[in-house]
Amino acid sequence: MSTVAIPTKPWAKSPQDRILGLTFLLAAIAFSYFFVAVTEMKGKLAYAFVFFVAYGVITSTHSFITRGPQAAKDSFVSTLVSLGAVVTVIPIASILFTVVQKGLPGLHLGILSNDMSMATPTDPIPTGGVLHAITGTLTLVVLALIMSVPIGILTALYLTEIKGRFAGPIRFLVQAMSGVPSIVAGLFILSAVLYPITKNYSALMGALALAVLMIPTIARTSEEVLLLIPNELREAGTALGGTQWRTVAMIVLPAARSGLMTAIILGIARIAGETAPLLLLTGGGDKVNPNPFSGSVGSLPYYIWKSFNAGSPEAITRAWAGLLILMILVLILFIAARALSNRKMSK
Amino acid sequence: MSTTQPSSLASVANARIGRTQASSATGTGLEARGVHAWFGKNHVLADINLEFAAGSVTALIGPSGCGKSTFIRTMNRMHEFIPGAAMAGQVLLDGKDVYAPGVDVTKIRLQIGMVFQKPNPFPSMTIGENVLSGLKLAQIKVENKDELLESCLVRAGLWNEVKDRLGAHGGSLSGGQQQRLCIARALAVSPQVLLMDEPCSALDPGSTLRIEETIRELSDSMTIIIVTHNMQQAARVSDYTAFFLSDGGPGEMIEVARTSEIFSQPKDQRTENYVTGRFG
Repeated sequence: MSTVAIPTKPWAKSPQDRILGLTFLLAAIAFSYFFVAVTEMKGKLAYAFVFFVAYGVITSTHSFITRGPQAAKDSFVSTLVSLGAVVTVIPIASILFTVVQKGLPGLHLGILSNDMSMATPTDPIPTGGVLHAITGTLTLVVLALIMSVPIGILTALYLTEIKGRFAGPIRFLVQAMSGVPSIVAGLFILSAVLYPITKNYSALMGALALAVLMIPTIARTSEEVLLLIPNELREAGTALGGTQWRTVAMIVLPAARSGLMTAIILGIARIAGETAPLLLLTGGGDKVNPNPFSGSVGSLPYYIWKSFNAGSPEAITRAWAGLLILMILVLILFIAARALSNRKMSK
Repeated sequence: MSTTQPSSLASVANARIGRTQASSATGTGLEARGVHAWFGKNHVLADINLEFAAGSVTALIGPSGCGKSTFIRTMNRMHEFIPGAAMAGQVLLDGKDVYAPGVDVTKIRLQIGMVFQKPNPFPSMTIGENVLSGLKLAQIKVENKDELLESCLVRAGLWNEVKDRLGAHGGSLSGGQQQRLCIARALAVSPQVLLMDEPCSALDPGSTLRIEETIRELSDSMTIIIVTHNMQQAARVSDYTAFFLSDGGPGEMIEVARTSEIFSQPKDQRTENYVTGRFG
C-alpha cells in the first residue's frame, strides 16, 4: 500500500510569515514618511535611508523576540547586504534613466543617416545626425582592436607560457600602464607621432592612443584567463609530441577562447567612451571621413563634448541623444562579442 | 583495510606469466642507466638502473613520494617541463640516448607516449578530434584518418561506447571513458613505449578493469611501464615489478624481478614488508 508522494516545501514561508513580512515593510515605509515629515531631513535619499534603518530595526527586533540574539544579528546583516545591493544599483539605474529620458527627444528618423556637416548647433533637432560620429567611433575601436588584441594576447602568452626572464618586470609595467590617465596617452601620441611625423589629425592617431590604454587591460585579463587553464592540458599536448607553439595554438588558446573574448570586451569597454585623447588627436570633424589614416574624424564622445560646449538648447539635446546612442552602441558590441564566444563554445 | 595476502598476489601474477609467454612482441626496448633527478636542490631520485624489454609490462610500485612518477617522466623527457628540474644519467631508447645533444625532444615524445593520472581530454575538441590531436600537434599526415580513429578507439576499448557520438565533446564522457580516450589519443601516434602514471587512481573498479584489459592487449605491440599504488593491479597486468623506496633521502630502486617473484619471494626485506602491507 504505497501512497503517492506530493512534493512540498516544508521550509517555505507560510502565509502568516508573508503577511508579517509585508506588514514590516509597510510599517517601515510609513515610518520613513512620518520621520522625514517631522524632521529636517529632505529628499529621496532621506526616505531610502530612514526606510532601511527602520526596516532593519523592525525585522531584527522581531527576530530577537521570537528566536534570540543570533537570529537578530542575522536579519540585521541581511538588511545591510540588501542595502548594499540597492545602493550599487541606484546610480546605474538613475544614469540609465536620465540618459534615456533626456536622449529620446534628440532622436529622429534621419539621425543615423546624416552627419553634422550641413547643420549648425542652433538648427532644430530633425536636421543633422551622428553618422560621422558612429562611423568615426567604429573606425577608432576597430583600429585600436587590430593593434592591441595581438599585442595584448602575445604579452599574456609571454607571461604565462614562456615565463621568460623579463616576465616580472613586464607584469609590473603592464599593471602600472593600466593606471595611465588617458590624457597622458593622448599627449604621448601627440608629441611622439602626430607633431613629428604625420602632422595631421586622423583616426589612426586616436586609435594609437586608445591602443595604449587598451593593451594593459587585454594583457592583464588574458593573463588571468590563461592561468586558469590547467597545466595538465599543456603537459598532455607536450607529451603527444607537440612543440610549445603547437600546444599553445591548438589546445591552450581554444580552451581559453571565451575568457579571451571577455578580455577583449573589457578592452573595448575601457576605450569606447574615452574622450580626452580624441580631443587632442582626431580633430572631431563634422563630416564622415572615409580615410582612417588622414584628416579630421568625428566620434561619439567628441560629438557629445562638442555639442555640450555649443550650449544652445538644441545642441544640448543632441549631446544627450549622442550619449544614448553611445551607450546602445557599447551594449551592441557587448552582446555581439558574447554571442560570438558562446557560439564557438557550445558547438 | 585488510592486509594483502602475498600468496594470492603471487598466484595472480603466475596466471599472468602463462598468458604473456604466448605473445610474440617485437619492438623497442628502453633502458635507464644511472638516472638521477632533482627539483632545485632537492635530490629526489638516485642512480636508477632498469631495463624494459620490448613488449613487456613493468609495474613500478612504492610508497608516495618515492620518485616513481618522476622516474617515468625522465623517460619521455617530461621531467624538464617542471621549472627547476635537473637530471643525470642516460635513458636509452633502442640503444640511443634520448638526452643526447641534438635529439629532437618532440620525436622522443612521439615514440614514448604517456597517459596521466588524471584524465585530461582536450576540452575544446570532440571525441574524434581528441583521438587524432597528436597527429595535428606533431603535424603528421595520415592516409586514412577514419580507419586510424576506429582502430585506436577499439584498442583502447572505447569504440563501442562512442562510435555513434564521435562529434560529442570529450568532457561529456565518464571519468573511466575519458581515461580510455586519453589512451586512444596516445595510441594514435603509434608509440613504441607507453608510460602510464597511475592511470586508474581516479577511476572506479569497473573502469579500472577495462583499462587493465586494454593494457594486456596493448602489451602485444608495445612496451608498457605503469606506475601504480594498487598491488593487485601490478600483479594482474605486469611481467616485471620494480619496487621504489625513499627513506627520507632520494628515492631508490630497491628491487626488480619477475612480478611473481616480487610477490612470492622478494629478496629484500623492505620489499616484503611493502607487498605484504606491513607499511606504505
